[in-house]
Amino acid sequence: MSIRSEILSQFHQVAKEQDKRLANLADDLELLDSGLDSLCVAIVVSRLEDSLGIEPFSTAEDTGFPVTVGEFIKFYENAAR
Amino acid sequence: MPPGDRASLWNAVSACGNWSGQFLSGAGASVTLRELAGGSSLGGRAGELRGRSVLVSTRDQLTAALALIELDGVARRLILCPPDFPLEHLPVVIESAAVDAIVSDRTTPDPDAPPVGCFITCRPKIAPPSEDRRAGRQTEWILLTSGTTGLPKLVVHTLASLAGAIESGSTPSPAVWSTFYDTRRYGGLQIFLRAVLTGASMVLSDADESAADFLIRAGAHGVTHISGTPSHWRRALMSGAAHRIAPQNTRLSGEIADQAILNHLQSFYPQARVVHAFASTEAGVAFEVNDGLAGFPASLIGGGTGVEMKIEDGSLRIRSTRNAARYLGPKAGPLFGADGFVDTGDVVELRGDRYYFAGRRDGVINVGGLKVHPEEVEAVINRHPLVRMSLVRAKKNPITGALVVADVVLKTGPATGNGHAGQLEQEILDFCRGVLPPHKVPVALHFMSDLPVAPTGKLVRQPCVTSS
Repeated sequence: MSIRSEILSQFHQVAKEQDKRLANLADDLELLDSGLDSLCVAIVVSRLEDSLGIEPFSTAEDTGFPVTVGEFIKFYENAAR
Repeated sequence: MPPGDRASLWNAVSACGNWSGQFLSGAGASVTLRELAGGSSLGGRAGELRGRSVLVSTRDQLTAALALIELDGVARRLILCPPDFPLEHLPVVIESAAVDAIVSDRTTPDPDAPPVGCFITCRPKIAPPSEDRRAGRQTEWILLTSGTTGLPKLVVHTLASLAGAIESGSTPSPAVWSTFYDTRRYGGLQIFLRAVLTGASMVLSDADESAADFLIRAGAHGVTHISGTPSHWRRALMSGAAHRIAPQNTRLSGEIADQAILNHLQSFYPQARVVHAFASTEAGVAFEVNDGLAGFPASLIGGGTGVEMKIEDGSLRIRSTRNAARYLGPKAGPLFGADGFVDTGDVVELRGDRYYFAGRRDGVINVGGLKVHPEEVEAVINRHPLVRMSLVRAKKNPITGALVVADVVLKTGPATGNGHAGQLEQEILDFCRGVLPPHKVPVALHFMSDLPVAPTGKLVRQPCVTSS
């Protein structure tokens, strides 16, 4: 499974568990407009750490925090390189 | 200050004198200090609250802030009720603090709340003042924190203990303070008092406002100093509106500040001083760290800064004039050890010449600033008919600081086979979701064959925020 599809699948899974209405996940959608609150994003990050074996937030110090869905995916793709 | 008058917030506002447009601003309204000094947010009824034990229970932070300024030195006690305070705990608070008056932004008392003798509405609309504004007493300030059983603890402070870390004239004028915190909690109250006691302005956050909208509003008011937990800051940096403020000073407290968030903040606000501070409701403000590094220099221990600190049994202990005075209530335990120090319960580890925070000794998990007592979650999991026992612990998380995970021992032995284990995990988690608020529900269960039990018969809790 690609990093992108794993991330999108976790967004859907967590939204379902947390009973949140997920917006259409376009790359330019801001994360906090996705329908997921910060607890949901935290859970997604935790699940991705288990499934992808990476957690780029604590290590990436030069790049800014991701704001949009596209930036979030790129954040993980860059960390996996 | 008139003869017989005491130091109070009101005196600080009045003594400010040459206001050049200082204000307190909420999401819905703003009040200038000049307006406030000449009037009353309580409809001129502050006199009726003289000597009373007053519960300040408002949805809106601005109305609470105005009431606190008006009633400090007038009321016997001010009990600060956070907006999300569970109504079912209100009777305990009212009884423990002998509450005999409520100040609210409602026009009539909440029909579900216990009745109290006097009810006064507070508004951000300024009316003619009451006649007698003398501060006749040292008001007790009561802050509420959550205890092990979920019941609130009532922590008694005075203006002097709360303001012990605030140096007058220490901020460049005109400072505009703000905080992501609610001002009814210790971290937010510190910023509010800093603003009022130094004659500065303040932008108050609002529970119903998004991080982006708050940052846009704070930016429009020219915020210069802003504080929050590392979780608040991570959310701000991911909001898309972090560039709307240009602070000179950013402050982190309330959670462990790791090196990544300190670096992210410094690189996003290169012009700002990034400071992280240690404080707790009980121990008060202990120290701040200005060198941009996580943890704190070991030289702070035993340093003569008016705050005595020591490490005993692995946890940080603090004695200073900023300590709270005591807990309030019939079943309240002691706040101090026999040595007069407050045990913060925060476990620290020495690595090189710095101490680093390693989590809570009592296992309390901090999820984005919200406390989770493991026992409360374990009690729910253990109610599931297939569960023999469980251990709830923290899993480190870069967004909320930590999340809740649980190790579970089944009555039937460890769940085997991915399908069966996955199905059972979902079933137990659904059970938890039906009972617990979202931040307390574990994000993962690990099925174990057994859990370590100490000779005392208690589950062995790891004090550390583990990464696995």
